[in-house]
Amino acid sequence: MSATINPEKAPTGTASGPSGPPIKRTMPAVRARRPRPAIWVPPMLVFLVLLGLWYAVSYLVLDEKRRFLMPPPDQVVTKGFLDPDVLGEILASLGQTAAVALAGLAAAIVIGMAWGIAMSQARWIERSLFPYAVILQCIPILALVPLIGFWFGFDFFSRTVVCVMIALFPVVSNTLFGLQSADRSQLELFRLQNASRWTVLTKLQLPAALPAVFAGMRISAGLAVVGAIVGDFFFRRGTPGIGSLISNYQSRVESAELFAAIITASLFGVVIFWLFGSISKFVVGAWYDVDAR
Amino acid sequence: MTATQAAAPPATQEEAKVLLDFKDVEMTFPNGTVALSGVDLTVREGEFVTVVGPSGCGKSTLLRIASGLESSSHGTVSIATSRIGYVFQDATLLPWRNVRANVELLAELRKASRAVRSQKAMEAIDLVGLKGFEEHLPRQLSGGMKMRASLARSLTLDPELFLFDEPFGALDEITRERLNDQLLRIFAERRFAGLFITHSVSEAVYLSTKVVVMSGRPGAIVRTFDVPFPIPRDPDIRFTPEFAALVGDVSHALREGHH
Ligand SMILES: Nc1ncnc2c1ncn2[C@@H]1O[C@H](COP(=O)(O)OP(=O)(O)O)[C@@H](O)[C@H]1O
Ligand SMILES: [Mg+2]
Repeated sequence: MSATINPEKAPTGTASGPSGPPIKRTMPAVRARRPRPAIWVPPMLVFLVLLGLWYAVSYLVLDEKRRFLMPPPDQVVTKGFLDPDVLGEILASLGQTAAVALAGLAAAIVIGMAWGIAMSQARWIERSLFPYAVILQCIPILALVPLIGFWFGFDFFSRTVVCVMIALFPVVSNTLFGLQSADRSQLELFRLQNASRWTVLTKLQLPAALPAVFAGMRISAGLAVVGAIVGDFFFRRGTPGIGSLISNYQSRVESAELFAAIITASLFGVVIFWLFGSISKFVVGAWYDVDAR
Repeated sequence: MTATQAAAPPATQEEAKVLLDFKDVEMTFPNGTVALSGVDLTVREGEFVTVVGPSGCGKSTLLRIASGLESSSHGTVSIATSRIGYVFQDATLLPWRNVRANVELLAELRKASRAVRSQKAMEAIDLVGLKGFEEHLPRQLSGGMKMRASLARSLTLDPELFLFDEPFGALDEITRERLNDQLLRIFAERRFAGLFITHSVSEAVYLSTKVVVMSGRPGAIVRTFDVPFPIPRDPDIRFTPEFAALVGDVSHALREGHH
């Protein structure tokens, strides 16, 4: 019976609940009413621990001469982010990389969804095309990159091609999986009304696929950023991207700036990832539990 | 079955239009499973035929053949209407559509105009008692309400023949009884022909004008019972000795067919 009393007392915020069997039953209530900032506490703690480790490596593991291998965080901030010249340089190149990543991601979404839809239309198409999606994912892209340069030149287009190749697979496989997730009885419901393939696709399979497609897009978004940076490394013509900047800092052993650039690039990836999560929640959140996996 | 002929429907049955006719129907799946063998079954206008049988005896297969989803491997199946309602075991609502849009789906697939669609949907939603829940998404509904939405969806077709594949099998007893009463009321009002599958004998007797008992492997009809109770059916009929006797007979036939 204590289980029915606990939820009334729990919301006051005392996180330390008494242990014992009833706690399991009251968990959801406590979780739902916990003030929102609590969500940020665990990752914050992890962040502080990582920061501590970083300092430890910088000052305890590395001696002064080798400290450039891992400059302490405050140096990264002061020499990287707080220096207007460096920050300007980083942001400008990030803009270029972002353009490539977004173009690559858009192309990956269009091509990937078309590929997935084509495969969903017949077993033999799936059997003919799926192996190539897998192969594409297994190709050592880095080995191909120089060739792509020879084929398509050394600027924006080639960078986008690399980006697409790296980001394509999750959209293809998730689209296919999503389209096939419609129930048999739902398909039969449509078949009983003599619905056309197109109707079944647009009114049943595609909406049913949306949650999976968005999950795929989210993974692809992260990969697109990686792809764009890889492209930057190899194709230096045109406006430099953050990848070329990173490799410049590397060769000049400007490690604080290097770290600042890497962190900026990662943050950009996180933002895109989060953006697609939000879009997904907005589009399918009403009928699909995006968070429940 | 001998019983007092209380209502009009059984008397006029002989002249009523035959909507579904199975003659010596056999179904053998490509993998060699014989699901049905020598099935003769007729469903006429105004009849509500219920099929009971052990699970795996081919009840769903029978219904799938009647709907045209599957074709029999032997025998003749004649269906005299294209207005066939099909209610699946699960509600099969589209989770991204609200109740209204779900109920409108079939008319939409049949390319009915927007006005007709929404008119029909409104009537059907009213008929199943879901008024006020039009904007709700399926995830916000209870199992019984989902089933009612599914029923409403089929009702928009004004079906002449209504096929039900254990629609209330997953519901609790109280909800099931309530839906049985509702279905009976709708049946009395719309007078479609029904072919209803269930594994509950009392549900079968309560709902139908005829109960068909099937035996398993391969599925065949072992006995048919006429249900004599009048059609605007009094819920209290379930507590009469006549009702209990008929349920007993059907159960008995079901058990015999099992060997
Ligand atoms: N597509 C199929 N291929 C092969 N066997 C099937 C197929 N569909 C159903 N069966 C088999 O036919 C029998 C009858 O199935 P079903 O009609 O679903 O039974 P019920 O609805 O009475 O439980 C079962 O043994 C089932 O395994
Ligand atoms: Mg079945």
